[in-house]
Amino acid sequence: MPGSATAGGFLLIFAIALPLAGVLFSLALGGRYAERVALILMPAGVVVAVAIGATVWHTHDVLQYFVGNWDPPLGVAFRADGLSATMMVTAALLICGIGLFARTQLPVPRGVEERAPLVFWTLLLTVWGALNAVFVGGDLFNLYVALELLTFAAVPLVSLDGRAQTLRAAFRYLLFALFGSILYLLGAVVLYGTYGTLDIVLLSGRIRAEPAAWAAISLMTSGLLAKAALYPLHLWLPPAHAGAPAPASAVLSGLVVKAPFFLVVRLWFDVMPGLPEHAAAQVLGALGAAAIIFGSVVALRQVRLKLLIAYSTVAQIGYLFLMFPLAVEPETGHPWSTAAWTGGVLQAVSHAFAKAAMFMAAGLIAEALGHDRIAGLAGVGRVLPITVFAFALGGLSLMGLPPSGGFVAKAMLLTAAVAAGQWWWAVVVLTGGLLAGSYVFLVLARAVTDAIEPLSLAARISPGRQAVVLALALGAVVLGFVPLRPLELLQIGRPDMAIEAPR
Amino acid sequence: MAFDIGLALLVLGVAAWTIAARDTFAAVVGFVAYGLLLALVWVRLQAPDIALTEAALGSGLTGGLLVGASARLRHAEMPAPGETPGAVLKLASTVLCTLLSAGLAAIVFLLPEPAPTLAPQAAANIAATGLGNPVTAVLMAYRAIDTLLETVVLLLALVGIWSLAPNRVWGGFPGPRHQADPDSALTFVAQLLVPIGILVGIHIFWVGSVAPGGEFQGATILATMWILAMIAGLVSAPPVSRRWLRLLLVAGPAMFFGIGFAGFLAADAFLAYPETHAKLVILMIEIPVTLSIAATLGLLVAGPPERITQQ
Amino acid sequence: MSDAMLYGLCGAVLVGLGLFGLIVHPQPLRKILAFNLIGGGVFLLFGVVARRGAAAGLAGDPVPQALVITGLVVAFAATALAVALQVRLFQETGGRPDGQMDSRP
Repeated sequence: MPGSATAGGFLLIFAIALPLAGVLFSLALGGRYAERVALILMPAGVVVAVAIGATVWHTHDVLQYFVGNWDPPLGVAFRADGLSATMMVTAALLICGIGLFARTQLPVPRGVEERAPLVFWTLLLTVWGALNAVFVGGDLFNLYVALELLTFAAVPLVSLDGRAQTLRAAFRYLLFALFGSILYLLGAVVLYGTYGTLDIVLLSGRIRAEPAAWAAISLMTSGLLAKAALYPLHLWLPPAHAGAPAPASAVLSGLVVKAPFFLVVRLWFDVMPGLPEHAAAQVLGALGAAAIIFGSVVALRQVRLKLLIAYSTVAQIGYLFLMFPLAVEPETGHPWSTAAWTGGVLQAVSHAFAKAAMFMAAGLIAEALGHDRIAGLAGVGRVLPITVFAFALGGLSLMGLPPSGGFVAKAMLLTAAVAAGQWWWAVVVLTGGLLAGSYVFLVLARAVTDAIEPLSLAARISPGRQAVVLALALGAVVLGFVPLRPLELLQIGRPDMAIEAPR
Repeated sequence: MAFDIGLALLVLGVAAWTIAARDTFAAVVGFVAYGLLLALVWVRLQAPDIALTEAALGSGLTGGLLVGASARLRHAEMPAPGETPGAVLKLASTVLCTLLSAGLAAIVFLLPEPAPTLAPQAAANIAATGLGNPVTAVLMAYRAIDTLLETVVLLLALVGIWSLAPNRVWGGFPGPRHQADPDSALTFVAQLLVPIGILVGIHIFWVGSVAPGGEFQGATILATMWILAMIAGLVSAPPVSRRWLRLLLVAGPAMFFGIGFAGFLAADAFLAYPETHAKLVILMIEIPVTLSIAATLGLLVAGPPERITQQ
Repeated sequence: MSDAMLYGLCGAVLVGLGLFGLIVHPQPLRKILAFNLIGGGVFLLFGVVARRGAAAGLAGDPVPQALVITGLVVAFAATALAVALQVRLFQETGGRPDGQMDSRP
């Protein structure tokens, strides 16, 4: 019996139910109200996420809820530890920012329901609800349903503009995502057949180092890697994220692609914590390193800004997987007390803010200039100074320069690599930072030069819209003030919790 | 045992033919046959609920969807000369897939004996749910949150499909137009079959609480009848912006959420049912959910809006 | 339970067959068909696990059976979305929606 439901556990239900109820209202009331419903729910969702984080922090314990009062293994449990709470607050804040930005991108006309606004707001709310379900899910099959919900919400966002190019990208995304789901389900059936439960906490108690467990974890991890676009399963990401409208790209690169990574972390550190996996962790790290190098190099060669940013996502996702070989704590055996654990999670959070800001900045630039060719960016710095500044701040995080969350994350990965004696990852992190600097500089250098001829603007962008982009970029900067030590919040709720950093 | 071996070989044979067939339409027909055979397999595995779902949804509705698509995509399904895979790729794939199948088969044989199972727990708690069908108990009580999320998944798939419509036909009628030909055999069959099918669907939904059946199976049959009526031209697909259609689609998940939240007050947890009225509460969820799912499934097959006028 | 094991073998082969079809066929509809085959194999494995879990007077473990039903519905929704994407793509690039084809190069 994995304990009992804790007080405040109902908040977990609200986190999932609020956005999804919003979807139902939007569809029933009609597209004219979809934006209003979303904008009402956004602050409410932030309150719920912060409340969950505060409860986890105060009780220093996992927030747990058994749906319908049925205990696992028969029923389904929701659990929020420090890691879940961090991701949920990130998602809530990011969705708010994206929502504010999208208000002006997709204006809702009076009197008539139009396709794009209804579809966008409904899908955005669904992505939010599905993400929360992934972050608090405690049952592997429930997580499968949540992943499918996330996929069905994300795929149509890619093809929102209806062009053949984006339809193709959306179809390819769907194929990769379905492939990942099938592999995940295959692993789940092996786990249930061998251990009789799909509850994460119960599984961690029953799992043994036997071929069935290895096979199941390998299958599920492979499936999740396809969804997370880790090299070499990254082919679907650049056209999909570049082809979507700017607010959609922001949510896809910032949040949607982090959910499968979150589940790999859950699988490796929660379901099979004690099993020896050094070789497999090195494989994951190697794929991450390949993603960093490959993604950054290809980003350098891009002609279009949005594709450059999309390949940058491929690269930055690679950093996340460096967490696996490095989160090995020899003395206590607690991975979550290592610098790599905090570094990996911080990378996920700061990349979310930075990449969302960069995609939204690219969207504003494309709207102002009428195109997003990097070669034609000259003069944009004068026209959209706030936007370009926000882009630069996001770039700081990608490069790993202070002050930014990306700096803290990469510095911690570096120290973890050196401390663990696995210096090759340090080389990769440093190289990745240099390459990121190159492609960010590529864009900024063009943007701040003066145009030879006066720019003919396709549209005027108000400072208010640019301010939202800047706010998100500042979010990534604010994370740079996180101390360079393992973070206590992220260790709450881990089994046999050992808090590393003194307060 | 011999029957099972024969059935398994037949399923694999038809599946292999589905992969190997040259023409997409032939492959789809093979797939429908495979689905029906698979339903037989489910009966042999003592899973009649799944057999019903596979026959109606996995074979019937999916087959209908794919047949319609293969007819419309006929020209796109002929591969360009450079696209057909070479012998090397085929050989490598054969090796990879054989290894995967062998590995899975090994895992199946290595499954622990006695098999871990939740059947005793499910049987022990079923009295509290007031149901007689343990699978329905799992779907509507123990793991009701899965079913709730699944209704939302269906609805979102529909929104995703609708999003594909061009802006100018948004809110219009889904799918290509079907002219009703009063003398055709299809119209005659539909007029005969649809009312019977509706009754069968309702019956299967109703008995699902104590016998094989339930909301998904019943809803699929209702959806199939609706599609048949639409194809035969007996009814026309409603425009997707109609308020009543939206309310119908949303009613099921909304009731599910509503009763879930009512569980906070009545039984102390989300989606918990009061001990004495559990079956009634479950029924209150199942009726709108069945109707919503039936509408959603039908519209999923109909596709995105394609025209703004009836004709 | 040997008939359950037999169908487990069947499911394993179905997964392999489906994967082969997925890799080898370039046409989108064939890939969608292959996905459904793989899914059928995975669900069959669930069903085998359910059959092996017969106990307490039940002919099979109801939990995996319920999971299969949920999975079948989700798989149908995925097929519908994939098919709709392809049909729409075809309309954007190829023939016209009323069925007449443009002559292709």
